[in-house]
Amino acid sequence: MIRLSAITRTFHMGGQAVYALNGINLHIASGEYVSIMGPSGSGKSTLLNIIGLLDRPDSGRYELDDRLITDLSETEQAQIRREKIGFVFQSFHLIPRLTAAENIELPLILSGMPQEQRQIRVDEALQAFELKQRASHRPAELSGGQRQRVAIARATIMQPSVILADEPTGNLDHQIGAEVMALLENLHHGGTTLIVVTHDRELGARAHRQIAMRDGKIMTDQADDAG
Amino acid sequence: MTLADTLQTSFKTVLSYRIRSLLIVLAMALGVAAVVVLTALGDGARNYVINQFSSIGTNLLVVLPGRAETSGSFLGAVLGQTPRDLTLKDAQLLGRLPQVRRYAPLNVGAAELSGANRLREVTVLGSNADLIPIRHMKLAQGGFLAHGTERNAQIVLGAKIADEFFPRSQAIGQRVRLGDSRFMVSGVLAAQGESMGFNTDEIVIIPIDYAQAMFNTTSLFRILIEAKSHNDIEPAKQAILATLKQSHDGEEDITVITQDAILATFDRILHTMTLAVAGIAAISLIVAGILVMNVMLVAVNQRTAEIGLLKAIGATSSDIRRLFFAEAVWLSFAGAILGFLLGQFGSLMLRLAYPQLPAWAPVWASIAGIVVALVTGIAASLWPANQAARLDAVKALSKR
Repeated sequence: MIRLSAITRTFHMGGQAVYALNGINLHIASGEYVSIMGPSGSGKSTLLNIIGLLDRPDSGRYELDDRLITDLSETEQAQIRREKIGFVFQSFHLIPRLTAAENIELPLILSGMPQEQRQIRVDEALQAFELKQRASHRPAELSGGQRQRVAIARATIMQPSVILADEPTGNLDHQIGAEVMALLENLHHGGTTLIVVTHDRELGARAHRQIAMRDGKIMTDQADDAG
Repeated sequence: MTLADTLQTSFKTVLSYRIRSLLIVLAMALGVAAVVVLTALGDGARNYVINQFSSIGTNLLVVLPGRAETSGSFLGAVLGQTPRDLTLKDAQLLGRLPQVRRYAPLNVGAAELSGANRLREVTVLGSNADLIPIRHMKLAQGGFLAHGTERNAQIVLGAKIADEFFPRSQAIGQRVRLGDSRFMVSGVLAAQGESMGFNTDEIVIIPIDYAQAMFNTTSLFRILIEAKSHNDIEPAKQAILATLKQSHDGEEDITVITQDAILATFDRILHTMTLAVAGIAAISLIVAGILVMNVMLVAVNQRTAEIGLLKAIGATSSDIRRLFFAEAVWLSFAGAILGFLLGQFGSLMLRLAYPQLPAWAPVWASIAGIVVALVTGIAASLWPANQAARLDAVKALSKR
């Protein structure tokens, strides 16, 4: 469960304060499928970064699973990122010198899990995302769709409760993009909260709840009946 | 992140940037190798000199006439006097001191040696039988002034001279003429070659009385004294000074040089030189350290997006700091070990090329080289590692 109250985030550009987020109030229940849409500069990525604890708000309260996040130390926030949140990026952000399997393994290494257990988890993930054949390939040897599958496998390997996807299909063609969305939606069906940031209306419309942003504010917040 | 995982992950990173890592390791290794080889050279030179010194005698004291120090007023100089000479009587007096094992008075000159239809100029040492053991000379054959023959006109020939004069026949027992006197060859020195600029292969030794007569002098050039033990050197020196002061009417007009003092001086000079050379070599290690810092800074810059990603998937700042730090540790460690091995190899090559030079790197230098390499490499990585740890995750991720 995510609860944001009166969140603001300002950036300074050329001596002028720009509100990236201006008094955001938002509640997302666990297991929801939410899309955040809006033009560039509307603050949707900043909102995602704050939900994902990559960025800290200048003011406001953020509670995740009934825990006040805003006051936590850097190390505690890192632990929450590791255990509760999975990121999927537009540009995949795979480490080029590591193989697909090693990229997927990274969060497990950071968590301090022993080697043998890691091996089992990575094997399962490779199986689940149909990457078995590609396990020892480096990102440069993978197609765009395969890279995003590796990235999703990495995002889910710690079994997080929230998946945050920032333009997950932005670098993929329509067909592959649809496959990637199907994978993410599959995770949602499994109970994971899924939050997708996009400026693609069609993609955004797939979510059960659609939030539209502009100038750091939430303009509309609509839920489908199906959601 | 566990320590083992940190080390393993950073090790993989080091391996994956093969050329970069190789160059840093090489720079580090050359620095360490330079320290090892140069100190081996310095220490080798030091040991060489020490060996040379002990080859001319142990527990040796040399007494020479005159003060080797400036004094405020030496009345004798005003009156046109020279320092009092050392005499055979002085030498005999010193020989009776309890700290002295044996003594050898010494006169040196040059004379013409003839015999067996050959003629040459030779350096002549006039002394007694103890000269040979005191100066660690060895006789290949025969003897010199053996008991009961102290007054005989005996001569000992250097190895080369014996070979030149009597190439085919036995030298012992042959008669030769030195200057205006006739001598019988009683011994031949073993070939020793040059030591401390003095070639014992081309000298002859005759009894001190004959030498003094030949050079028309009653004074001695030196008195060589061998103390009974190493601990007796200093008491012997004091006793010699006191004895000769007394016999020279209260005048302190001699100088006693101990081999230890000379050796200590050389030791100091060469040790300082070794340190200086090692210091210069250590500068190359500092340079290698700066190279590590430079490369790590470039790496942080290159891997900014990667650092952002690591933060996004839950790495703490200290995880990232440790990863970069561990990378530098691997590089420095590999450089230090490789450098140590290269240095040992270099020293071995030196020893093979110059067998008389005992070019062994001192243990302290090897350890210091490795430690300095590790410390500079690790210290140089602290700042870049900190830079990496402090990167803002959002900004880092947006960098492509």
